[in-house]
Amino acid sequence: MTAAALLVQILNGLQYGLLLFLISSGLTLIFGVLGVINLAHGSLFMVGAYVTFMVANAGFGLWLAIPLALIGGTALGVLLERFLFRRFYHRAHLDQVLLTFALILLFEEGRSAIAGNDFHSVAIPAFLDVPVPIAAGFAYSAYRLAVLAACLVVAMLMFATIERTRAGAAIRAAAEKPEMVDLLGMDARRVHMLVFGAGTALAMLGGALAAPLYSVYPNMGDGFLIVSFVVVVVGGLGSVAGAFWAALLVGLVDTLSKVFMPVGAGAAIYVLMAAVLLWRPAGLFAAARA
Amino acid sequence: MLIAGRAGHLALAALALALACMPLFASPYYIGFASSALVAALFALSLQLLVGGGGMVSLGHAAFFGVGAYAVWWLTSASPTAIVATLAAAAFAGGIAALGVGALALRTKGFFFLMTTLAFGQMLFFVFHDTKLGGGADGVFITRPDFGMFGLVWDIPRRQRPAVLLWLNLGMLVAMYAGIAVLFRTLFGRALLGIRANEHRMRALGMPTHWYKLAAFTLAGALAGIAGHQWAMTEAFVSPELLGWHRSALALLAIVLGGAGWLHGPIIGALAFAALGEAAGLVTERQHLVEGAVILLVVLAFPRGLGALRR
Amino acid sequence: MTGLLEAANLVRRFGGLAAVGGVSVALRRGCLHAVIGPNGAGKSTLVNLLSGELPPTSGTIRIGGEDATGWPNWRFARAGIGRSFQRTNVLRDMTAMENVRLAAQIRGTRARHLFRFAGSEAGLRRAAAALERVGLGGHASRDAAILSHGQLRQLEIAMVLATDPTVLLLDEPLAGMGAEEAERIATLLRALATDHAVLLIEHDMDVVFAVADTLTVMVDGLVLDEGTPAHIRGSARVRDAYLGHAA
Repeated sequence: MTAAALLVQILNGLQYGLLLFLISSGLTLIFGVLGVINLAHGSLFMVGAYVTFMVANAGFGLWLAIPLALIGGTALGVLLERFLFRRFYHRAHLDQVLLTFALILLFEEGRSAIAGNDFHSVAIPAFLDVPVPIAAGFAYSAYRLAVLAACLVVAMLMFATIERTRAGAAIRAAAEKPEMVDLLGMDARRVHMLVFGAGTALAMLGGALAAPLYSVYPNMGDGFLIVSFVVVVVGGLGSVAGAFWAALLVGLVDTLSKVFMPVGAGAAIYVLMAAVLLWRPAGLFAAARA
Repeated sequence: MLIAGRAGHLALAALALALACMPLFASPYYIGFASSALVAALFALSLQLLVGGGGMVSLGHAAFFGVGAYAVWWLTSASPTAIVATLAAAAFAGGIAALGVGALALRTKGFFFLMTTLAFGQMLFFVFHDTKLGGGADGVFITRPDFGMFGLVWDIPRRQRPAVLLWLNLGMLVAMYAGIAVLFRTLFGRALLGIRANEHRMRALGMPTHWYKLAAFTLAGALAGIAGHQWAMTEAFVSPELLGWHRSALALLAIVLGGAGWLHGPIIGALAFAALGEAAGLVTERQHLVEGAVILLVVLAFPRGLGALRR
Repeated sequence: MTGLLEAANLVRRFGGLAAVGGVSVALRRGCLHAVIGPNGAGKSTLVNLLSGELPPTSGTIRIGGEDATGWPNWRFARAGIGRSFQRTNVLRDMTAMENVRLAAQIRGTRARHLFRFAGSEAGLRRAAAALERVGLGGHASRDAAILSHGQLRQLEIAMVLATDPTVLLLDEPLAGMGAEEAERIATLLRALATDHAVLLIEHDMDVVFAVADTLTVMVDGLVLDEGTPAHIRGSARVRDAYLGHAA
């Protein structure tokens, strides 16, 4: 394999990893701050992808689908938090699993009723549907580069929000010591809604960006959900920075293993997870807690 | 974990008797339906050993069910095999798979345990989906093992087969229930209940809780393998779908639906959910809509499960 | 004479803070060793280190001469180190008897015993005796959830006794008990000290000076002074640093 071909695969891995970050950062924040395991997070990703598909079907492009996913996702997240999840913060894990499993069934059934059960491809926006030469004789999809850049921008915005703003301080405090939030003078319930809304918007944004790459199909959220779990386990609970590095690692390992080891490559990320569990059960990037 | 008293066991016995008598009055379709529901109950009961015992909520349990079912295919596709051999092989395969997954997943707790069991279960799903081990992504039809022992084979006429399968599943369920009920009266069972109530205290009193949990996880995997064996017997078909995590979630649902604290809860819950699905199927094609709505209603309205209403 | 439980230069840091900053103790059979000191002196951390609940940052722990540094807490318990918790830590859905019986059955259980039925005679007898000793004989069949705070404290001690330990580490066993129960437990502690090694953390100075054979005074994670009750009572350093505030 030439260096250029390897570069293409590394870019693919990074792009997949960054997409995983959009999903897993919401998942890990919702765990960390709200203490809820949301199995329906993958369904929200699916909803984002189908929104893009339907927007495209109606003759519009990604320029409409992305803001729609962000605004609609925030609204959907806030509603879910306000009317469902809020009742489950202090319930057993078992109940949280069932609540979110029921949501999966309902989301998938809703998807089936509205968009049917077929595979659909979604066109890449025309101005991004061009190859970009990256090395002698090798070109890379402009859309993939755009996804890479967009995810990086989102990641930087997230870190800036969490590290630099008052809301971010409240989120960090809530993830470490829930009782701290009130001390900071913020309403804990608003922090919860904010986190859930943002997590949902990120998952739907991920779906919107992914639709042209992977096409849309029933239960598409499942695969991404489970790989996101691997990311969260590798990265450590409640840590957005951990999710970022772990997502890149998982994306690269998955992509490169499929190139170099075609048989059984699907298992590579699980082997990675097993190794992390043996070596550092709390996750690679978990803050040491006393 | 609570085990039903005398009145509860009388009610359970009446339910078992009613199921056993189904061949006298029900159509083959409904006998088959009852057989499938009993397999779901077997599987949920095997998971209750973990949830009600050590307090381990696993989303990867279906993987061991699937491994058990595939063990039947591995044996019978080579040559005709007696049910004793396939049953032992299914339990062994489920137990070994659970031992491997448990050794890693039990290094974590709570949410992490949920996620790691789910991920490792899904890894096994992909193994069966993508490699020759599983005979293809679409599944394979299998020859049922022979009813027989020591070379004697009991040939069952085709018409009687649904009834025999029903009785077999029912017998397995009664045996598994009795076995787990006895287990919870042993030191090992009491220890599991102690771990569920307060693992930290059990460790401080000198219990190596990790090994107890791993033993329970392995045993539950073997029982799930047996449930998977009964699936293979009943449906004569195996596919990677058997290992998918939705089946684990449905078993957890059965446990909660039937009252999470009771040993018989998963049996009641699994049978009730199967009946619900069947009834919903008569009314609408969108069964999942009804099922999802019912689950939502149950977790919102009955935080302690339907079985807890009686208390 | 070597101690049943010996710790040398134990240090435990949390972040930059040394909760225990180099403490050595030796617990001997027949000796009731009390540790006193103001809140935050590191007493509970010391118990957590001595029971294997926390690994020390540095220093060594020996049980009966064997190096136990870094063992998990359950191995400490199986080696005969029994501890009670400052915050009551019992199984609330079980009766008092079931709690103690479970504790009685844990230690000494070998793998081959595991599948025997749980109602074994020896376990029952030991559990009943432990309940009787702490004064809960009449409450054996009540659910732990409905016991009073003081009774839960007694149950906590009964669970430790039922494991038949050689060393007892008791973290404020009398806190929250009524006067009558406290006196009963104080008498029990004295009796236990004849054939056990006992380490006691307690705030009630009257009790401490009445029952202890040896006293260690800790301040800020360090040993300020150590000796007989008479010695400590006369120690100027202790009076300045601690007893003065308490009086």
